[in-house]
Amino acid sequence: MSADGVNTGRRRFLVATTSAVGAVGVGFTAVPFIKTWFPSDKAKAVGAPVEVNLAGLEEGQILRVVWRGQTIGILKRSDEMLNALPEVDGLLSDPASEKSEQPTWAANEARALKPEYFVVNMHCTHLGCIPQVLPQVAPQPFDAEWKGGFYCPCHKSKFDNSGRVYAGVPAPTNLKVPPYSFTDDQTLVIGVDTEGAA
Amino acid sequence: MAKTAEDMKSTAANPVMDWVDERLPVTKFWNDHLAKYYAPKNFNFWYYFGSFALLVLVLQLVTGIFLTMHYKPSAEEAFASVEYIMRDVDYGWLMRYLHSTGASFFFIVVYLHMFRALLYGSYRKPRELLWVFGMLIYLLLMAEAFLGYVLPWGQMSYWGAQVIINLFGALPWIGEPLVEWIRGDYFISDATLNRFFALHVIALPIALLGLVVLHLTALHETGSNNPDGIEIKKVKDENGVPRDGIPFHPYYTVKDIFGASMLLLVIAFVVFFWPTAGGLFLEYDNFVPANPLVTPEHIKPVWYFTPYYAILRGVPDKLMGVVTMGAAVMVLFLLPWLDRSPVKSIRYKGWWYKILLGIFTIAFIRLGMLGMAEGTPAETIETRIWTVVYFGFFIGLWFFSKNGATKPEPERVTH
Repeated sequence: MSADGVNTGRRRFLVATTSAVGAVGVGFTAVPFIKTWFPSDKAKAVGAPVEVNLAGLEEGQILRVVWRGQTIGILKRSDEMLNALPEVDGLLSDPASEKSEQPTWAANEARALKPEYFVVNMHCTHLGCIPQVLPQVAPQPFDAEWKGGFYCPCHKSKFDNSGRVYAGVPAPTNLKVPPYSFTDDQTLVIGVDTEGAA
Repeated sequence: MAKTAEDMKSTAANPVMDWVDERLPVTKFWNDHLAKYYAPKNFNFWYYFGSFALLVLVLQLVTGIFLTMHYKPSAEEAFASVEYIMRDVDYGWLMRYLHSTGASFFFIVVYLHMFRALLYGSYRKPRELLWVFGMLIYLLLMAEAFLGYVLPWGQMSYWGAQVIINLFGALPWIGEPLVEWIRGDYFISDATLNRFFALHVIALPIALLGLVVLHLTALHETGSNNPDGIEIKKVKDENGVPRDGIPFHPYYTVKDIFGASMLLLVIAFVVFFWPTAGGLFLEYDNFVPANPLVTPEHIKPVWYFTPYYAILRGVPDKLMGVVTMGAAVMVLFLLPWLDRSPVKSIRYKGWWYKILLGIFTIAFIRLGMLGMAEGTPAETIETRIWTVVYFGFFIGLWFFSKNGATKPEPERVTH
């Protein structure tokens, strides 16, 4: 106790505890304000899985659907296209998809559940452009030895028919493979991962 | 109320002011900040830019408020509503061109204002907080400009937002969730545009105004620096008025009104004859509506961000690029403590500072030009060299300022 009857120790304690409790209150109050910024229920609903019917998709054709605002392509690959995949391994920067984003079961050459259907997020991993789809094994103006794949007009990144990026182009990683699964032979669900797939 | 004889004399002639002053300190405020606020008498051209910044701020607030009355912050309607302002609203084109031109002029004025501080050591003790508040204003201004650029929802708005927001994705662990939180969606969408609008027209302007009040309060506490970098408060007359000070009003109000007329003349010229400034103030790709499926071939930010954009692009690693770019801005905060010279002004700092500042200025301008370029391998190499030079300035300043040659400072300001 000081001479004028003020207990400074107790006063400091009360100021400190009041401030601490107040700060906790401010922290809790901030939560709803911060949460308003997360994707709303409506945005999540739009981000719901997309069901795709594959009947009628011919070899070399690509089907484009929109999932979570991203353009997803389903390319039906021929045996010729699949057989050409190993031929470009030496030209790629991540042939085994070790640095790239895909479900664990797609970190291989075909990057697919069923090799003939290649499901891919079409946005270039460089700045998000949509590459041209040139799946046929045929010479192109930019590459006389073209083994089929994707070619980005923006900054000239090249990808093979499994979306694997060529070395020496701006894109750092392979095209992303979204999570998906088959409900039956001809029906694909994008956004629902396959449980325990090989 | 107790009043001094001096106060009685100045207000006795006006009973209305007398009545008001007893309730609200109008006369006191007028005297403290204008009529009896003494600024150094040797201000030169460089001392226009602070008041210019205030003028442009008012211009942006006024034109911005009137644009808000016609603009629609939704992904469906935004682009069309800007075209509606340009074509159908009476003088809408004038409001928009004043606002877009004002944005670029804000940065021209602020960059020159900051350069003035580098010339005369205005950030030095006792003005460190003044500098820090100024830097915070600069940071908020960059955020404000970026948010505003997204609102017309053109191709550059959309893809610029894509690139800038994705910078946060480079952060480890929290990157991707943070990006999603900022966007409010799984891609740049209506939700993003709507919140950017709220931040641009309410949140950031309020914060900016608050910081401007702090900046000016700190300025009027220490008083202005001057081209000689010496404290005029050290030499006062018998009334306590600095001998080298003159009342801000009328001397500098008149000077600033003349400067403001000249600035408005230049702004008017750009607004009426050259509103896009050859793609520098308004980029051509932004006259195309936002299209999430097609990226423009050549993405670049508006000119005032290009020095930092060049630094970002020059670093081959995504995360390190973001960190280096952030450091390039943040290092400016440290200036008051990096500069250890016994004198403030370039006039008395000696040859070493002239060389340092000269090279730094060239580096900043050259990086700005490289940030607008395509980014060929040769340009990338050059960018890296200038990035090293940019940071080298701050290291050199710390190193040379301690023992570098100086000339003796005068007792009183010179002309």
